[in-house]
Amino acid sequence: MATTADGKGGHGHASRRDILMVAATGAAAVGAAYAAWPLINSMNPSADVLALASTEVDLAPIQEGQSITVQWRGKPVFVRHRTKDEIAKAAADDKAGLPDVQADAARVKKAEWLILVGVCTHLGCIPLGQKATEGRGDFGGWFCPCHGSHYDTSGRIRKGPAPRNLEVPQYTFLDDKRIRIG
Amino acid sequence: MSGAPRRQYTNPVIRWIEYRLPIFSTVEATIGADMPTPKNLNYWWSFGGLLTLALVIQIVTGIVLAMHYIAHGSMAFDSVEHIMRNVNSGWLIRYVHANGASLFFLAVYVHIARGMYYGSYKYPREILWMLGVVIFLIMMATAFMGYVLPWGQMSFWAATVITNLFSAIPVIGEEITTWLWGGFSVDSPTLTRFYSLHYLLPFAIFGVTILHIWALHVHGPNNPTGIDVKGPQDTIPYKPYYTSKYLSVFSAFMMVLAVLVFFEPNYLGHPDNYKPADPLQTPAHIVPEWYFLPFYAILRAIPDKLLGVIAMFGSILVWFILPWLDTSRVRSGRYRPLFKQFFWLLVIDFLVLMWCGAQPAEGPALIVARIATAYYFLHFIVILPLVGWFERPKPLPESISTSVLGSGAAAPKAAE
Repeated sequence: MATTADGKGGHGHASRRDILMVAATGAAAVGAAYAAWPLINSMNPSADVLALASTEVDLAPIQEGQSITVQWRGKPVFVRHRTKDEIAKAAADDKAGLPDVQADAARVKKAEWLILVGVCTHLGCIPLGQKATEGRGDFGGWFCPCHGSHYDTSGRIRKGPAPRNLEVPQYTFLDDKRIRIG
Repeated sequence: MSGAPRRQYTNPVIRWIEYRLPIFSTVEATIGADMPTPKNLNYWWSFGGLLTLALVIQIVTGIVLAMHYIAHGSMAFDSVEHIMRNVNSGWLIRYVHANGASLFFLAVYVHIARGMYYGSYKYPREILWMLGVVIFLIMMATAFMGYVLPWGQMSFWAATVITNLFSAIPVIGEEITTWLWGGFSVDSPTLTRFYSLHYLLPFAIFGVTILHIWALHVHGPNNPTGIDVKGPQDTIPYKPYYTSKYLSVFSAFMMVLAVLVFFEPNYLGHPDNYKPADPLQTPAHIVPEWYFLPFYAILRAIPDKLLGVIAMFGSILVWFILPWLDTSRVRSGRYRPLFKQFFWLLVIDFLVLMWCGAQPAEGPALIVARIATAYYFLHFIVILPLVGWFERPKPLPESISTSVLGSGAAAPKAAE
């Protein structure tokens, strides 16, 4: 055995004491990480926040051309009953050189109902365009006033600093006139 | 200073304590009250002490505000109104806290600019300088979280925009923002944790400030000539000469604070923050507080989200390597004719960025912001190293004493 009294290990050989030191330090580090995890994880969404994870929406009162905003997980969700023109425009723009390429058909379950998380993918502001009185940007969809992102009638980014299209949340049609988001 | 023999105290109580816990000598050796100080310090050197005062004002008023404030999404806004209307002198304490933060930043910008002009970051004060940058970063975090607490529209949307910066991080960005929020958007859990950190961080600033002052005391302060102290003829005692100078600057600071608090308490604020936070309605024009505008302008100047975030943080982090970017061996800008001009260009550039940050990010203002951002980085990364090589500095004075009293000043040796 190449052990030396000072525990440093002679001639590049690890002594028994070195191994114990490394093992003990390693075990302590793992223990510290385990102890830290609950503290870090406590900052993640709590059970009551997760429990609010789905919202049901009745589509019957929404007229063609109208939009409503519902709240889901604290965020606004845009539900737009698109007109024939808007659907046609969105489909026609599928090949219009989109920054974040996605066909309109892949973004809807039924063409007349466009459902989007109403949060700009740039820095999280809420785009304008839900009310008829608000500006809808250069592409007839939404316009984010914070840093000037323009979205089209499919909620796709067309112009401005936002990197991605408006997110389509998970949703299912419960029947013809009701959806559940989440 | 370090290495000096520890003093014998005459007061028996102090001696009794000192023998068991050498706290008096330790304080004196690190951040002690009295030290020989260059005799030529001008008013720009008063801002360090002023910042300590500003920090104390913020902590004292903050502790009292915390006794009345409620950090909950549904109660925060009303509790601030409760402070303004019901709590005895609540309006005064809150306005001092809010405007005190603004003046704190004004003073810190002057302090940083002084350090840059007189080369205070150079050998052997690099760590002193870097600790200062750390303090500035913690200050920014503290001020941002404090601005969120009133839970008005600007608070809410500032929190949203700034926390969304972290979503620019590749792969794990979304998870990190959800973790920061404690939910799927900025909400009550976010507010409560910001409150906790807003209370904690000033004490972190206090701790790093002690290290900052300790580092200052190792080699003593820089001075307007940038040359080292060569002997007692170059110094005067800190007490009473500089303490009295500080007092006059403190008074001026308090007068400015009083004018703001008593006559224009909302001048630096934004009226939208008197509307309660509404997660479904973004205000038409979001602007941060004035002291963040230059960095906000840099963020928006870059069309790519991730690069914008990197540039914004990089614009401050670059200060960490400033001691090595500046290649000149002459400290003070007073003797550097070329550097001096570029320094003032940088100041102008910073003010231009500040103006850009307050404008909507489009049209000419955006182009100006892009040019100013490019120049900002150009200054630190290209101009500063090159100027050090090509510039011919003016001759330095023989000593601090001769620079103050003229060449015939060698005779009166002791200034004490």
